Amino acid sequence: MATPTGFEEVGTPSRQDGVEIVRYQPRFQPGSRSERRARRIVRSLFGVSGAAAAGSVVAYLTVPSESATPVLGAAVALTLGTFGVALISWSKLLLPLELAVEQRRAAPTKPPGLRRLTRRPLLTGGLALGVVSLGIPFAARLLRNPHTPTDDRVPLSPSEYTGWHPALNDNQPIRLVREDGRPIRPADVSVGGMVTAFPGIPGGASNRYADSPTMLIRLRPEEAARLRENLYELNRDSMAGDFVAYSKICTHVGCPASLYEQQTNRLLCPCHQSQFLVTDNARPVFGPATRSLAMLPIAVDGDGYFVATSDFKVPVGPSYWER
Amino acid sequence: MMTPLRTLRDKVFPDHWSFLLGEIALWSFVVLLVTGAFLTFFFDPSMEQMTYQGSYTPLRGVEMSRAYASVLDISFEVRGGLLIRQMHHWAALLFIASIALHLLRVFFTGAFRAPRRFNWIVGVALFWLALLQGYTGYMKLDDALSGTGLRVAHALMLSIPVIGSWLASNVFGGEFPGTVIIGRLYLLHLVVPLAMLGLIAAHLFLALRQRPAQWTGPGRTRRNLVGQRYFPRHALRQGGFFLLVSAVIAAMGGLFQINPVWLYGPYQSAVVGAASQPAWYLLFLEGSLRLFPAWEIRFAGYTIPPYFWAGVVFPGLLVMLMLGLPLLDARLRRDRGVHHLLQRPRDVPVRTGLGAAVVAFLLVLTLAGVSDVLASTFQLSVDAVTWAGRVGLVIAPPVVYWLTHRIALGLQQHDRQVLANGVETGIIVRRPDGGYQEIHQPLGPAALDYRGTPVPKKLNRLGPPGPALRGFFTPIEQPAAPPDHRPR
Repeated sequence: MATPTGFEEVGTPSRQDGVEIVRYQPRFQPGSRSERRARRIVRSLFGVSGAAAAGSVVAYLTVPSESATPVLGAAVALTLGTFGVALISWSKLLLPLELAVEQRRAAPTKPPGLRRLTRRPLLTGGLALGVVSLGIPFAARLLRNPHTPTDDRVPLSPSEYTGWHPALNDNQPIRLVREDGRPIRPADVSVGGMVTAFPGIPGGASNRYADSPTMLIRLRPEEAARLRENLYELNRDSMAGDFVAYSKICTHVGCPASLYEQQTNRLLCPCHQSQFLVTDNARPVFGPATRSLAMLPIAVDGDGYFVATSDFKVPVGPSYWER
Repeated sequence: MMTPLRTLRDKVFPDHWSFLLGEIALWSFVVLLVTGAFLTFFFDPSMEQMTYQGSYTPLRGVEMSRAYASVLDISFEVRGGLLIRQMHHWAALLFIASIALHLLRVFFTGAFRAPRRFNWIVGVALFWLALLQGYTGYMKLDDALSGTGLRVAHALMLSIPVIGSWLASNVFGGEFPGTVIIGRLYLLHLVVPLAMLGLIAAHLFLALRQRPAQWTGPGRTRRNLVGQRYFPRHALRQGGFFLLVSAVIAAMGGLFQINPVWLYGPYQSAVVGAASQPAWYLLFLEGSLRLFPAWEIRFAGYTIPPYFWAGVVFPGLLVMLMLGLPLLDARLRRDRGVHHLLQRPRDVPVRTGLGAAVVAFLLVLTLAGVSDVLASTFQLSVDAVTWAGRVGLVIAPPVVYWLTHRIALGLQQHDRQVLANGVETGIIVRRPDGGYQEIHQPLGPAALDYRGTPVPKKLNRLGPPGPALRGFFTPIEQPAAPPDHRPR
């Protein structure tokens, strides 16, 4: 029977290890021109790869560090790539065409040892129970209770206070400061402007008090009036003149909700696009957030700087089970 | 000389481009191990604060953690460090992308069916571990972007009912961000690859023992395997392919910038940039966080926040669905057989349609994960884009299911038409009675049955107009004479 694929049987089909080689055909007459050409291609690819490898070493030693990354990357890529192409062309150009057929063996059954083990549910169940009951006391010793106070100055669990808690400052109100520690005066903020404020305590701007960053906003007078009308009972006396301070930590999943759109009076969280209305207690008006941003009660102290009269009155940031 | 090695040497491997996807994953994992080993020499997982004094001027004098500073050192001081770091990152992206495509290939061709059900589960575990590994990889650099990502992870842990605050507090060693999380992420990033190595070994061992499934075709049955022996051809190609994958990763690492953390600055809880997004492979979770409505359940002083459903339950369900797929498929199709022949997606229209619907769902979520970028690029309102995502999430999957199902049925029908009538030639003749008719080139002496094999749809060299002649400037072969060419 003629084979339409261009393969031809060479000798009789050979068979070993359950594999039958149906067709096996050299691509060339030995020593023919096309064979020499194919060999030349593969050989020169190996040659290029070798040269590129040498080039990579030279590049590693000599190229100045500003341009080392692209030069080294290109040289290594050339080395590996030409070597890979050489191997593939070897198989495609030089190796004989072949078609082999392997007979599948019947599906292996489950090893008997495993079956014997799973047939004893009492044994495995008892083992599991033992491990678990031994583990519980160990785990209980290791686990940290999130509701125990960690700072001896504040008798609260760490999730219940922020860096604005007066106990962190000998029960004195804490100043609102910039990132570099400079306190903020009302005149520092232009009308319709926003400043990110941190608690004026040691390390107040650091990640140690990651829940404390606060947005100090100076509203236009008519908008401040509207906010004063809308204030929640909880937030009474929290504003200082036309100034209001909201927690910067989004009540969705805790990103800094820091984009303040002056015209619409909205705060936008750039992570998940929750939007909060500044003139209404920073109530969420769009997006996945469910709670208002906490308002920090502020006042101006005797030296004319902003202070927080107390900590936030509700937990800041994301909701959780026992909130 | 009947050694295991010789049996391996003579094993037959079928050949198809789609079988290479898993191989790309394997080789990028090897690159990840090598480049990762290099990086462990220089990365310092400490969150202790220090002042940067290295050679990158814009950050000199800035307070940052040792972890972030050591990443800057890898990028700017270590010779070849940036190349290796970028190769590591690109290899990770390639790894995850190729695993995802490999999973889709296995799904749409039915290669997950018995007896390969357990190996599918191993593959799914590897996929999710790869996502976790990618996440811990770029989280532990402690730059502004990674800190924001950690904050989200912290909130997702907190959101779990009853145990949330215990879990978050124990993982982070206290309040967010604490001082231990980078070290723990780093430990996880070193341990997970060991688990993956074991799973990959199991995956390959099972695949080798069960022998690969093959496409249907002439001479191929469920009892045999038609292809080429492992040695020398398959081995040579595999080696070449490994080097090619490494070369592509090296070229990308050298030429294309990825994750330039020095531009983001160290993590500060008050700082975030616009367009803060996770890596593309986690965008579907970001999208689900963005699209899920603000539905919070509050009762008796307890709260279940909305992102619990979007960020914990949803991926959990996805994992369950993927793990349970082989059993679900066997149950729904009442299929108890053992399969060694792959299915063409068109031949299982319902499964193909459902798979496409799930992919559409994930794609809508992925697009929603970049909703702010879409809004600013196309000058749209963020609210409108969010709503489009919410509506799209409901509408896209059924529409895609219906379309895919129709297309699959149409392709099936066309295959059968060609087998019955022959290949369309595009030649229209006028019949003696005045009507017009297209000439078909028959495929055989009689109508053929469909056997799950690709059907020729184009004229071959037996018919007009003949194939293009080989040769670049001049033909290097003679045109074949049409078989029915007879002088009139």
